Amino acid sequence: MRKYTPKENVQAKAKYTDRFWVAPQVPRNPVEEDEYFAGVLAAVKEAVEVLDAYIEIGQLVIHIRPEQNIEALRTLKEECGYAMCSELSAVDYLAQDGEFEIFYQLLNLKEAKRVRVLTRIKEDQGIESIVPLYAMANFAEREMYDMFGIYVNNHPYLKRILMPDDWEGHPLRKTYPLEGDEFASWYEVDKIFGKEYRDIIGPENRDPARVDRYDTQRFSRIGHEVPFGADPKSVDTTETPIEYSSEILSDYNKGPHKVLDKRK
Amino acid sequence: MAQHQVNYASSGGLPVALTTVDRLLNWGRSNSLWPLTYGLACCAIEMMASGASRFDFDRMGVIFRASPRQADVMILAGTLSKKHAEFARRLYDQMAEPKWVISMGSCANTGGMFNTYATVQGVDRIIPVDIYLPGCAPRPETLQYAMMMLQKKIRREPADMKKRKLQRFV
Amino acid sequence: MQQQPNKLRPFFENLEFERDDNRMVINFGPQHPSAHGQLRLILELDGEQVVKAHPDIGYLHRGIEKMAENMIYNEFLPTTDRMDYIASTSNNYAFALAVERLIGLEVPRRAQVIRTMLLELNRIISHLFFLATHALDVGAMSIFLYAFREREFAMDLMEDYCGARLTHSAVRIGGVPLDLPEGWLSDLTAFIDKLPEQIKLYEDLLTENRIWRMRLEDVGIVTPEQALDWGCTGIMLRGSGIEYDIRKEEPYELYDELDFDIPVSDRCDSYGRYRLYMEEMKQSVRILRQLIGMYPKTDSQLMAHAPQYISAPKEEIMTQNYALMQHFVLVTQGMRPPKGTVYAPTESPKGELGFWIRSEGEPYAYRLKARAPSFFHTGILQEILPGTYIADVVTIIGSTNIVFGEVDR
Repeated sequence: MRKYTPKENVQAKAKYTDRFWVAPQVPRNPVEEDEYFAGVLAAVKEAVEVLDAYIEIGQLVIHIRPEQNIEALRTLKEECGYAMCSELSAVDYLAQDGEFEIFYQLLNLKEAKRVRVLTRIKEDQGIESIVPLYAMANFAEREMYDMFGIYVNNHPYLKRILMPDDWEGHPLRKTYPLEGDEFASWYEVDKIFGKEYRDIIGPENRDPARVDRYDTQRFSRIGHEVPFGADPKSVDTTETPIEYSSEILSDYNKGPHKVLDKRK
Repeated sequence: MAQHQVNYASSGGLPVALTTVDRLLNWGRSNSLWPLTYGLACCAIEMMASGASRFDFDRMGVIFRASPRQADVMILAGTLSKKHAEFARRLYDQMAEPKWVISMGSCANTGGMFNTYATVQGVDRIIPVDIYLPGCAPRPETLQYAMMMLQKKIRREPADMKKRKLQRFV
Repeated sequence: MQQQPNKLRPFFENLEFERDDNRMVINFGPQHPSAHGQLRLILELDGEQVVKAHPDIGYLHRGIEKMAENMIYNEFLPTTDRMDYIASTSNNYAFALAVERLIGLEVPRRAQVIRTMLLELNRIISHLFFLATHALDVGAMSIFLYAFREREFAMDLMEDYCGARLTHSAVRIGGVPLDLPEGWLSDLTAFIDKLPEQIKLYEDLLTENRIWRMRLEDVGIVTPEQALDWGCTGIMLRGSGIEYDIRKEEPYELYDELDFDIPVSDRCDSYGRYRLYMEEMKQSVRILRQLIGMYPKTDSQLMAHAPQYISAPKEEIMTQNYALMQHFVLVTQGMRPPKGTVYAPTESPKGELGFWIRSEGEPYAYRLKARAPSFFHTGILQEILPGTYIADVVTIIGSTNIVFGEVDR
């Protein structure tokens, strides 16, 4: 029987997990413990609905509804002084919940405090662009669209940024394999030479240690060199110890040579 | 032209050297290899270091040119991504014959550690390569050695273009 | 006649010459000696003035974030080298710091001293490289040769420590793998004794140089509002008059014990940023001097003691059964950090470099996002290039100090 491999998450899995293993959780502290963050949270709560809030490794985390991302970030920027958005991207939870989690990592330069705003959207749902608030989102949201296929509404120029425009698939989704799909593996051949050249060039070699001694175009055995592209039958396959051909490799250890103790 | 050294004292002071056309052309070609400044990734930094003060590529007649029309050697220094592959092939096509290619570093040779969707698994899928340089990133000495090997290779090749093409792939 | 095997049709690299409105659209890169890698800019010109700039990136996209989801944490560390390949240790360190904060690890003091030394040495290497390439782009060829000469001495020091010139992997999660080799500190002292003289040489050559000032002054203006809006960090931010250095504001490692200044310039232009780079190198020398004094006062422990996450020292692995078993599990299966999210910002030579890691309690990160400063510094090009002249484009790209391993990841 063929081995079953789950299709919704094709990333690497732990090879062995103890059946009694329960992963611990990074401590989540209540917001009331920190006076400054409690003030920030109160300001955000006035503006939007806060689903959950806690402090994780020194940073305030706020969960909000996706429709209210603009209001929440505007409150943080204008009332709480979070003038810079450091980073914005998404996490793929399609296999578990059918949702993407989008995060905004904000920075207050005066207080040197950081806030993370999290929100979850469905797969076919879009999210409002935050370019009017933070112009850095121009590139970051394009990258999010490119990598996850999340549509960003009212973005000034929503096109692929890292992958080519004619690329198929969104690479950072969990359904996308690390080594790429069929389309990815022939992309450059199709583009440069055309599909009819696939047979001539052959499939990609994903094994970095592959050596083919019958391939006289790409490999040559040291001490058994044959002309480029020679008939594979003429290749000597007997195992012999390696001897360095004096014609190609010169032995630099022969003559007297000077070793510098120190750089001049 | 070490094999045709002229002893001016014994041959009557005549600056005469006897050689074949092949050898003369190849001597010229091998001693002024002008690579294209084609820095792709990390290896490009080592390529720059080879051209700079300590390693000094100029003394080998290797002078970096910014235009493919003036270059003889293409040093593919770094990871070639699938988005870039088309441009690499274009630049190769723009170079005038005779031209050679050095694939510098593991990424250019085989894809190296980047066994991913976005990397070309070896530039020899799209461009014929003369010298492969192992290492991640190869040291400038390795690049110098590769240049010396390429010079050796050029000296052994037929200078005639048609004959050269027969020996090459693509 | 042999037919061309490929089907690429020739096209003019300069996209469009003739337009009705007397404008021209030209292409810059991805193979351009001054593009600092693989930047492609599509510029719309009115005469010599840039009207619209469109940076096209992704020519070095290698899928590093995808690789992180398929590698155990220790396995991923050497991949971070290839992001900002001019100062590799700063990437290694940023990743190691993120994982250490996630699992709540305290690093031994000697490891901290060595790490901070390596970080500052990398800052010098990176800034010298910036100076060399920026000057070369602007036209001062001799600075390129001078700066690379000094850089080679620093590279030799890195090589003595970790064996690699470019891709160091000199930091591990939980400490450093090796102690400083014998005589390294005296070599470092010799280097930092000489470096200020060399910096003075560069400054004498450039700072008051008429051509240099004409090419840099009032070129590439980034106002403080723009800098904040576009997520600029590091020298791009401090060059616009906003004093924010993560080493001072959110100190990590030993930076809260060290005495150093943060140079700030309110010129907002390329010249101000160049001055900051020179000043930061001097501050790095100052930090290194203090660290050399701190090193002998530490005990010899190099890796944190956390058997659940970190392998024991080599002697213990070789002599004790349990340490060997633990090492075997950690190497074959990988450590399992607790569930949770961490974002650890660090001040890399380019700006704020941070790793955003979401862990689901597996040996593989569920999602890793590298916050690379150069990515956002490339984004701001579309804002600051319009209105400048085409000759200044190269100066502005050089002055942002972007490196494409980091932009495209």
